[in-house]
Amino acid sequence: MNEIKIDLTQLQPGENGIIIELQGGHGFIRKLQSLGVRPGKRITKVSSHFWRGPQTVEVDNIQIAVGFGMARRILVEVKR
Amino acid sequence: MKIEKILLVGNPNVGKSAIFSRLTGAKVIISNYPGTTVEFTQGKIKLDNDDVMVIDVPGTYTLEPTCKAEDVACRMLQEGGLVINVVDATNLERNLSLTLQLLERDVPVIAALNMWDDTKHRGINIDVKKLEERLGIPVVATCGLTGEGIKELINRLLEARALKLPVCPDGQRWEKIGRIVEEVQKLTHRHHTLLEILEDLSIKPVTGLPIAIGIVYCAFWIIRFIGESLIGHFFEPLFARLWLPLMMKLSTFLGEGSFLHHLLIGNLIGGSIDFGQSFGVLTTGFFVPIGMVLPYIFSFYLMLGILEDFGYLPRLAVLVDNLMHHLGLHGYAIIPFILGLGCNVPGALATRVLEERREKFIAATLMAIAIPCMAQIAMIVGLVGQRGGGYVAIVFLTLFVLLVLKGLILNRVLKGTSPEILVEIPPYRIPQVQAVVKKLWMRVSGFLGEALPFVLLGVFFVNILHMLKIIDFFAYIFTPVLTGLWGLPKEAISALVVGFLRKDVAVGMLGPLNLTTKQLVIGSTILAVYFPCIATFVVLIRELGLKDMLKVTLIMMVVALSVGTILNLILS
Repeated sequence: MNEIKIDLTQLQPGENGIIIELQGGHGFIRKLQSLGVRPGKRITKVSSHFWRGPQTVEVDNIQIAVGFGMARRILVEVKR
Repeated sequence: MKIEKILLVGNPNVGKSAIFSRLTGAKVIISNYPGTTVEFTQGKIKLDNDDVMVIDVPGTYTLEPTCKAEDVACRMLQEGGLVINVVDATNLERNLSLTLQLLERDVPVIAALNMWDDTKHRGINIDVKKLEERLGIPVVATCGLTGEGIKELINRLLEARALKLPVCPDGQRWEKIGRIVEEVQKLTHRHHTLLEILEDLSIKPVTGLPIAIGIVYCAFWIIRFIGESLIGHFFEPLFARLWLPLMMKLSTFLGEGSFLHHLLIGNLIGGSIDFGQSFGVLTTGFFVPIGMVLPYIFSFYLMLGILEDFGYLPRLAVLVDNLMHHLGLHGYAIIPFILGLGCNVPGALATRVLEERREKFIAATLMAIAIPCMAQIAMIVGLVGQRGGGYVAIVFLTLFVLLVLKGLILNRVLKGTSPEILVEIPPYRIPQVQAVVKKLWMRVSGFLGEALPFVLLGVFFVNILHMLKIIDFFAYIFTPVLTGLWGLPKEAISALVVGFLRKDVAVGMLGPLNLTTKQLVIGSTILAVYFPCIATFVVLIRELGLKDMLKVTLIMMVVALSVGTILNLILS
């Protein structure tokens, strides 16, 4: 098993990883952080919707829906 | 210390409104989704024989506002007062970020650890005493829905402290929160509950979409069933057996043809009062809001309340996100739309959950034009439905096509792109009967209190205009449009005039005109499209600004003109 770095959209439903980086503006990062999405946190993909739809993830027992483009700017490390 | 005012501050959907209503006894709408409260609500609490103002502030994640609802929250805070920081005990870590930001300000803070009852079955164990020590402010475990801990919260208000901690950067703050949470919170493992399995199923696209279709379909039929049953078994008999004899007596007393008879009773149809067509203040004026609209308002808000409290709406928002992007919106805009189906006014207010001006503009325009309120829907169903269900379908299908077309066009024409959805999805909660009933009562009595006077005023107003022949003047001016483009008789102008006040009465006014089915369909559609009612219009001016609202109005006129003409050409 290797540790690889991918973005949130590449995570499979049911798979989890550790958030390592949030890319984007101050406002975006701040909003994510206040929703509990921060580097170091374990994040689990719940579902991903068709046609580049929103990605639903779970962090600390809270579910959050993140738009596809935003999800690409959330980088995670997974063991595969 | 004397408390001048109390602010309830916290993240969205942590139960601020529930605590507010416990503290003040005031009635406010409480639902299970972020962004229920978009405007601050005020109430009063008696402390040591003094009335102290309590303000329910819209939820905010940070003290740096990212949308209008959050902006309201931050401005309220600058005015000072004692802060009750409502914290969701099931999401301690994330909620403490706002708590620490509050502690950096020069305001006295006390924390209410809300949703305390939920922590137990979620396997969360929080040491309240220790949390209090670590934060340096009083912390009280509460449950807003049941009232647990509210007394203690009130008793300890004076212990609230302003710490004025040094302002620290986000990173350091999160580290600090991490340490606090590690010390005070223990998590125990537990199995997935049935509700959580349901949560998962309804958010996965493969199972979620069929579930969504099922829920919307069921909701529709239940609303219809309850509405129709109430009308058929209760309201119609009530009016026919109790109100009619009374009104007939009044009619004889006033004498047909007299001024008051015309105003209060209206015209006799075949020697008797017809509640749908007589159009007196006391006959049709009462029958439309109570006998035709109220039953549907009741059934719609009952269903909506249950879905809201269960926590379904945000999931629907995620499922439709993709489709909404084509209309220049993201999924969460479905919430103003759904509320707009009840009444456009709360729908217009709810556009505040949308972040950008472009999005708000599109959402408001689409709603004002293509989302008829329940009062209007009830009247269309009642009136057009007499000619056959298919015709009702034509009206609503036209509105739906308009919604989609206009969204597609606006999305192309307006600069910018639709922002992406980023929203918290609350856990499912079993709706509490008491809470649902209370909310339903608030909304229904709100309808009666606000709509009934307007309806009566509308009927009164139009009767006066008729008597003064002002309507005839308008009819004369607008005949080219009415008759030429839309194929309606010129008398339909009175419905359009009243439509500025109330849409339900306006649709009702098409009744006595002896329209053909085609004319009725065109008339009802135009009434839905050409202008929002005055109440919605005023709110929209406030939300969008006068300039944008003028643009919306212009769009509405163009749409009404073209839709009426097209329907007139297509339908036979």
